[in-house]
Amino acid sequence: MANKLQVEAIKTGTVIDHIPAGQGIKILKQLQLVELKEKITVGFNLPSKDLELKDLIKVENRLFTESEASQLSLFAPSATINVIENYVVKDKFAMSIPDVVEAAFDCPNSNCISHSEPVNSHFTVKQKTNDVQLKCKYCEKSFSKDIVADL
Amino acid sequence: MANPLYKKHIISIPDLSRDEMELIVKTAAKLKQAPDTRLLKNRVIASCFFEASTRTRLSFETAIQRLGGTFIGFDNGGNTSLAKKGESLADSVKVISSYADALVMRHPQEGAARLASEFSSVPVINGGDGSNQHPTQTLLDLFSIYECQGTLDGLHIAFVGDLKYGRTVHSLTQALAEFGCRFSFISPEALGMPEYLTDDLDEKGISYQRCDSIEGVVDDADIIYMTRVQKERFDETEFKHMAAKYILNLETLNGAKDNLKILHPLPRVDEIAVEVDRTPYAYYFEQAENGVYAREALLALVLNEDI
Repeated sequence: MANKLQVEAIKTGTVIDHIPAGQGIKILKQLQLVELKEKITVGFNLPSKDLELKDLIKVENRLFTESEASQLSLFAPSATINVIENYVVKDKFAMSIPDVVEAAFDCPNSNCISHSEPVNSHFTVKQKTNDVQLKCKYCEKSFSKDIVADL
Repeated sequence: MANPLYKKHIISIPDLSRDEMELIVKTAAKLKQAPDTRLLKNRVIASCFFEASTRTRLSFETAIQRLGGTFIGFDNGGNTSLAKKGESLADSVKVISSYADALVMRHPQEGAARLASEFSSVPVINGGDGSNQHPTQTLLDLFSIYECQGTLDGLHIAFVGDLKYGRTVHSLTQALAEFGCRFSFISPEALGMPEYLTDDLDEKGISYQRCDSIEGVVDDADIIYMTRVQKERFDETEFKHMAAKYILNLETLNGAKDNLKILHPLPRVDEIAVEVDRTPYAYYFEQAENGVYAREALLALVLNEDI
């Protein structure tokens, strides 16, 4: 009983599991999940076999877009997404870092033309040893993922 | 078969293959030897300079006229509809590209040329976008190196000065890496080559070293590429101390190889002593002249299927 998750099951929606502890609140903020007005259940610092501690987010009546999944994969590459239908896991997939992230973040370069013109931001993603870098298609500058997301 | 640059946008050096850069360099050499006034006959080129750039603009406009073309445009963004009426760059480019056969653009914001290429119906040539790319400068540098060394392969290039903010240095390094050149980077620590560029060199297995002074490499370098260290970035004492290491004079050139040539994107202030101008090593004024031929080559290639 002590190890049982104290987080309520949802009927339909998405469960983001295995989020590294501390990243959950950042994901809530980055994806603006609270503004959805859907029922959200969150767990922070929950016990985890793989991560020791993990965060978990359950969002009712909501599937994630490709752009949101890209953002998630950048900040919680170890996370898994569970699609829930009628209290049952209908689909389950692991995150993978995308080659391109479009329309998800603004370019941190304040002089980049993408800020003032009718185009979506567009970054190519490059994995480095201890970092993920995003290179803006327009200004060609590379930034650490943390700078891009300003988390 | 159409040349590979026909109808292509020229935005950034990493977009160009080694073969394409060689084609531009060889076409520039050909046009320098034998001008062809028919290559841009009946062509109108839009010369859109949203910020001042005397040498780039004048060399483009000279190139257009020498190949028999005409140009429309402006030399200052302040009087355009963008500035006066708030029109987007995207809309401006859509309209201007419907008037002209190609569009040469300089803009103070990074990424402006890439954006323009997405909205233009004709080839866009980047004449400089903020601190990002200035590919035509790189192509004229490549042409100058080819002209004075007879090859682009396997040379030792020493870059001196402000390597942190110098976009010409960044693009030229990217281009020469395709030709197996090796590099020496000579700069104050605070103005060193950015890590993302040296990371790229590491990935490609290109040899480079960071050095303290020009004297350390002068006996082995084929090209010394000088750039200006801006005095305002340092206090006076610090600058005087640095000057000894990063200013080129006759003494610095003791022991130089016969084939050494000195390049500089200009304008020069005091980083190359005037006495160096009279040595056989000085090549920066030929380099500036070559801007016309490199830009002739680009315009001719993007607007002529066969050349």
